[in-house]
Amino acid sequence: MFSYYLDLALRSLKRNKVLTALMVIAIALGIGACMTTFTVLHVLSGDPLPGKSARLFYPQIDPEDMDGYEPNKEPARQVTWIDGMNLLKAKRGERQALMTGGAVPVQPAQSGMDPFFSDARFTTADFFPMFETPFLFGRGWSEAEDNGKARVAVITRSLNDKLYGGNDSTGKILRMKDTAFRVIGVLDTWRPNPHFYDLNMGNYSATEDVFVPLTTARDLRFERNGSMNCWGRGGGDNEHIETATCVWLQFWVQLESADKAADYRTFLDNYSKEQKALGRFQRPSNVRLSNVMEWMDVNKVVPSDVRLQSWLALGFLLVCLVNTVGLMLAKFLRRAGELGVRRALGASKREVFVQLLVEAGVIGLAGGVGGLVLAFLGLWLVRLQPADYASLAHLDISMLLVTFMLALISSLLAGLLPAWRACQITPALQLKSQ
Amino acid sequence: MQIQPILAALRRHRLASLLIGLEIALACAVLCNACFLIANRVQDIHVQSGIDETSLASLKISGYEDSQSVDINARVTAGLRAIPGVQSVSVLNSIPFGERRGTSGITTDAEGQHLGGVIEFYLGGPGSAEALGLHVVAGRALQADDYQPFTGVFPSSAPVLMTRELAEHLWPGADPLGKPFWLDKWRYQVVGIIDHLVTPDPGMRGAGTSGWSVFVPGQPGPMLSGNYLIKAAPADIQRVLRDAREAIAIVAPDVVLDQQGTQTISDLREKFFQQDRVMTGMLVGVIVALLMVTALGIVGLASFWVQQRRKQIGIRRAIGATRHDILSYFQTENFLIVTGGIALGMVMAFALNLLLMKFYELPRLPLFYLPVGAVVLWALGQLAVLGPALKAAAVPPVVATRSV
Repeated sequence: MFSYYLDLALRSLKRNKVLTALMVIAIALGIGACMTTFTVLHVLSGDPLPGKSARLFYPQIDPEDMDGYEPNKEPARQVTWIDGMNLLKAKRGERQALMTGGAVPVQPAQSGMDPFFSDARFTTADFFPMFETPFLFGRGWSEAEDNGKARVAVITRSLNDKLYGGNDSTGKILRMKDTAFRVIGVLDTWRPNPHFYDLNMGNYSATEDVFVPLTTARDLRFERNGSMNCWGRGGGDNEHIETATCVWLQFWVQLESADKAADYRTFLDNYSKEQKALGRFQRPSNVRLSNVMEWMDVNKVVPSDVRLQSWLALGFLLVCLVNTVGLMLAKFLRRAGELGVRRALGASKREVFVQLLVEAGVIGLAGGVGGLVLAFLGLWLVRLQPADYASLAHLDISMLLVTFMLALISSLLAGLLPAWRACQITPALQLKSQ
Repeated sequence: MQIQPILAALRRHRLASLLIGLEIALACAVLCNACFLIANRVQDIHVQSGIDETSLASLKISGYEDSQSVDINARVTAGLRAIPGVQSVSVLNSIPFGERRGTSGITTDAEGQHLGGVIEFYLGGPGSAEALGLHVVAGRALQADDYQPFTGVFPSSAPVLMTRELAEHLWPGADPLGKPFWLDKWRYQVVGIIDHLVTPDPGMRGAGTSGWSVFVPGQPGPMLSGNYLIKAAPADIQRVLRDAREAIAIVAPDVVLDQQGTQTISDLREKFFQQDRVMTGMLVGVIVALLMVTALGIVGLASFWVQQRRKQIGIRRAIGATRHDILSYFQTENFLIVTGGIALGMVMAFALNLLLMKFYELPRLPLFYLPVGAVVLWALGQLAVLGPALKAAAVPPVVATRSV
């Protein structure tokens, strides 16, 4: 029966090409706009480390003085050097890393290549195992190398390609700020989105090209980048940044279970109280512990423009659907005579209803294909945008399926009312007027 | 034209009329708000900078020790001044639409109790205020001895120029000349009022703050170096900047030229608002597509009605109705439906605006958008129905005598 209905639908659609085209175009436009914006939203609100993000936590403590104190206000979004080091050395988590962004002047050994600035990350040993960074060659550094302020560096594949032509560069010497570093590892392509571990660098920025131990970077007074928030008599000059009352470091900790997370929260609370007793902290203990996705929410990572675009597209789809409902109504009622004959010959209301819905579904699928083409076009336009997330906008399999489901469901919904209305036709009346 | 028979006919097509009305209402709601969003973005894009944009460029270098900065400053400014066509070279920390280096919260009392707002400190060396083209409207301009050496991030005290907008915010109605303000313990005194100077990132820190800037004079040194403001005739500026890049490689071969920080102000402005332009383009696209879909919907339904009523039209024509009567019948019918839709649409537009105000901190929709939107939709409806109505008017009276 289904194939018969399909045949009827196709015949009927062919009979009035203009009306059919109008409906397909309307659905295609609505679906195309929706899928373009939904895909961008989907990509941007994605999980940067699937399978691991629920076990990675970003602690927040409140080290500020009483100036501007409000109870339960969100504490600082970064940590001071002293607190960061204390939390790092306490080793209460499975793994933990302290880090900041920075920039290093790279002085290539090759003649003919000018020195250039590269984005860098100054961090501690656990960064690599904790974030499960893929290594193309070599390895990350160890805690001993952190403590020894070792002149070692991990670079990304793209920098390795640029400087060493893609060969295994481990053991080679890399000069940065007039200091010789030994390359000990090369990361394979790795770009977590969002750039979750340090959102000050831009929410969707690419991974830094050079990784250097934090202690080494401080020893050499490498230029740091990112946000710094000071209070009291804090002044953020690069010389005394360790003792200044400024927050400028990010601290991440890996905790294996909910119990461990609860324990860690207690630990943070006790730490805050202890620091207050020592006179370093002034405010009452106020701690937060967010996992990766919670941290993305706290920081409102997804740009509000993107959300607004999604709502706009949804509104547009709604207009397109109302439009389709109207056109389908016209189309179905125009065939009142034909439907009257079918009913008179014994088709039940239900059968006529199903037949009309099949026709609506066919329109929906055609609209879905059109919408898909428009979505590809739309995403191509998005990728031309200057935003840092632009290059990420690609349609994946799940969004492809969503496209067709959305098209089918919305066209069936649009078909419900006209089909029901067409079923109400009295066969006798229609036959009589023939 | 009698409206009564039209209403009677519409009552027999309640569902279809309702659908067109609903479509118009939705279109009206989205149209008004999308236009409003566009107007807001366009306003952002065309923000006044208060500086001589077309003849300025910024050049940034880094990668040298603080102790070298005096020497580097001297070498670079001398090297850049030697380029033909350069009118002036000065040192400036923040650049409008470029990097910001002087964003700080200020207080209007020494104790730090009364927060005045987060403002931009444009810290510049001699000549930079003139190069920017700052226009002093009250008080005095800065003199050579106002530019003193300093060691902190900013001078610990200085006479400053303040924008009129910020002065009005800090001391509403009062004369701002001579008034002090503080950055932590550092004290500054307003000696001149400038008509406008945009912050480097207008619109990023809340509405009405895009002009919250002060100009602080300082002698170039370790904390004021590496960012240079080059002035040349607008026609020369691109060439001068190109020459400047080459000059840096000669006068200071060991420093790193920052490509992003080395651009003309016009280019920086262009890049700063690129995202807004894209969003505006997208909104315009949505509006066009929306109007098109709505028009096509009206065409589709109206054609259906015309076809359905061929016989009635024929009868009307046979008993004396002119073509014009038929045409105006369909046009009036469309006008009535669209009017109903607009009435509902205005309510929806307002509701949508309330939502946007809540979630996107958008201002309230000005009321004049509603009548404008209504006129656009009326025109759209009339245009869309014209084709089918003409077709209806062309139905010959003889149709009445034929049975289907």
